[in-house]
This record gives sequence, C-alpha cells and structure tokens, in this order.
Amino acid sequence: MALNRDFVGRTFEASAPYEVSRTKIREFAAAIGDDNPIYRDKDAAVAAGHPDVIAPPTFPIVFSLSGAGQGISDPGLGLNYAMVVHGEQRFEYRRPIYAGDELVCTSTITEIRSVGRNEFLTIRSDVTSTSGELVCQTYNTIVERGGAA
Amino acid sequence: MAATIKYDEVQVGQEIPAVEYQVRRVNLVMYAGASGDFNPIHWNERHAKSVGLPDVIAHGMFTMAEGGRFVTDWAGDPGAVVDYGVRFSSMVVVPDDDQGATITISGVIEDKLEDKRVVVALNARSGDARVLSKARAVVQLS
Repeated sequence: MALNRDFVGRTFEASAPYEVSRTKIREFAAAIGDDNPIYRDKDAAVAAGHPDVIAPPTFPIVFSLSGAGQGISDPGLGLNYAMVVHGEQRFEYRRPIYAGDELVCTSTITEIRSVGRNEFLTIRSDVTSTSGELVCQTYNTIVERGGAA
Repeated sequence: MAATIKYDEVQVGQEIPAVEYQVRRVNLVMYAGASGDFNPIHWNERHAKSVGLPDVIAHGMFTMAEGGRFVTDWAGDPGAVVDYGVRFSSMVVVPDDDQGATITISGVIEDKLEDKRVVVALNARSGDARVLSKARAVVQLS
C-alpha cells in the first residue's frame, strides 16, 4: 500500500530534551569498537580543544528519531515496519556534540516518493541546544520494500 | 578542535589506505543495546531467515559508524567531521562463527573546498558486495 502523502511536512517533537552523558558516549564508542580517548577521557578531549568528551559522528542516531517514531507508527501513514530497511543517512554538523549537552530534537517528514516497487520516506531532524543553538541536522531515509506495489 | 592532517598537505586523488573491521554477532548485540535498535534481523537468525534474509545482517548504522571511525582516525579529531552521509547499497551478512564478517574501508580525497575543508569519498566492501555507496565525509583540516 502506498504511503499517505498527506504526512509530508508534518513535524514531530521529542517529548523531552536528550541529555548526552559521558557514560552513553563511552558505551556507544565501545559498541562500534572505537577506542579513541576523545570519546572516553575528558583530559584527552580538552587537550584536543573540546570542553568535554565528544560523541562519534553517527551518535545522533541514538536519539534523533525519538520524536519521529510517533509519526511513522501512525496507522494513517500506512507504513509496514516489518518491510522497512534503512536507505540513506546523513549528519550535518554545526559543532560536535559534547557530554553535558541537552538536545532538543524536532523531526519533519520532508519527502515520500516511489522508486520502482518501493516507498522512500525521508525525515529531517533538527537538533538544537535548549537555548536554541542549532547543533546538527540529520537526514534519515527509510525504504518500505514492496510498499508501492 | 584540530585535525592532525593539514589541508595544504593533501591533494585531490590522494588515497587513504584500506582498513579492515571485523564484525561478529557480539558486536551487533552491543550495537543494538547502545543504539536502541533492537530489530531482530540484527541478532536473531531464525527471524532473519523468516523474512527472507540469508542470515543475521549488521545494522546499516554499524557499517556507517565504522566508516566514521575510518575518517576520524585519519583526521585525528572526531570533531573535524562536519558532514557525513551514506547510502546503504548492500547488506553485511554476519554468520554465527568466530570470524563473523569483514568490512573493508578505504578512502580518497575527492575534492578540496574553501575554509580548509576536504571531501573524503569512502569505499566500503564486505565479501563481493559494495555495502555503502555515495559515502562522503566533509572534514575540517588544519
């Protein structure tokens, strides 16, 4: 079943700011097998010019879709999540993410299109500090296999 | 932030040597926990086969993270990566043995931009398959 194009342009906000902790950054770095001290040791991060340990480039995947979840699980959209694979992903940074950041995430469905038998849905998430500073934007494209058939 | 690589010392076309990254089932379990993505196709062989996959497959984001690791290890500072995007073009099948799968990543300087930024194009392969396409990172050099 084709996805409901009325969802393009809808915006979803995460229910609460995401608190970035040193512990979570360390856990994520361990999971990707990266032993860079800048992810673990505040002194090493400060020596590299950062205020605290920083997060790996793909870290925002941990929290950036928390708001969009309510949108893509809305039955009105018509997405069969069992058929979903990840199509594309992009992170665009204004500055690194630091331990101690409290980040507000607002997600917008920017595009739904059919390619062959598949449906492509793109979500842009704007990640800002609680004071409104834009930290990064993420672009997530998921593919519903067979959705356009 | 300060990358250890200097903008004036890199040329378009310059290659960054390949690095191999091993992926075992335990890595996918750890990644599921750390990322919050518990889709059973990444840890449950019975489920993966029931939905038509050859075996458990790695999270696309795990592969993307290894590409990120490749770039940040080269640049010398993870904070130097200002833009990073990929398309997931093929899956990384991870068998239930001690070897798991291998992702081989290499890079090339594709372009030099203003403000001492460069575009690094990544090539990521597992077995015979190219697992990322359109994989590009923009890196702020010194």
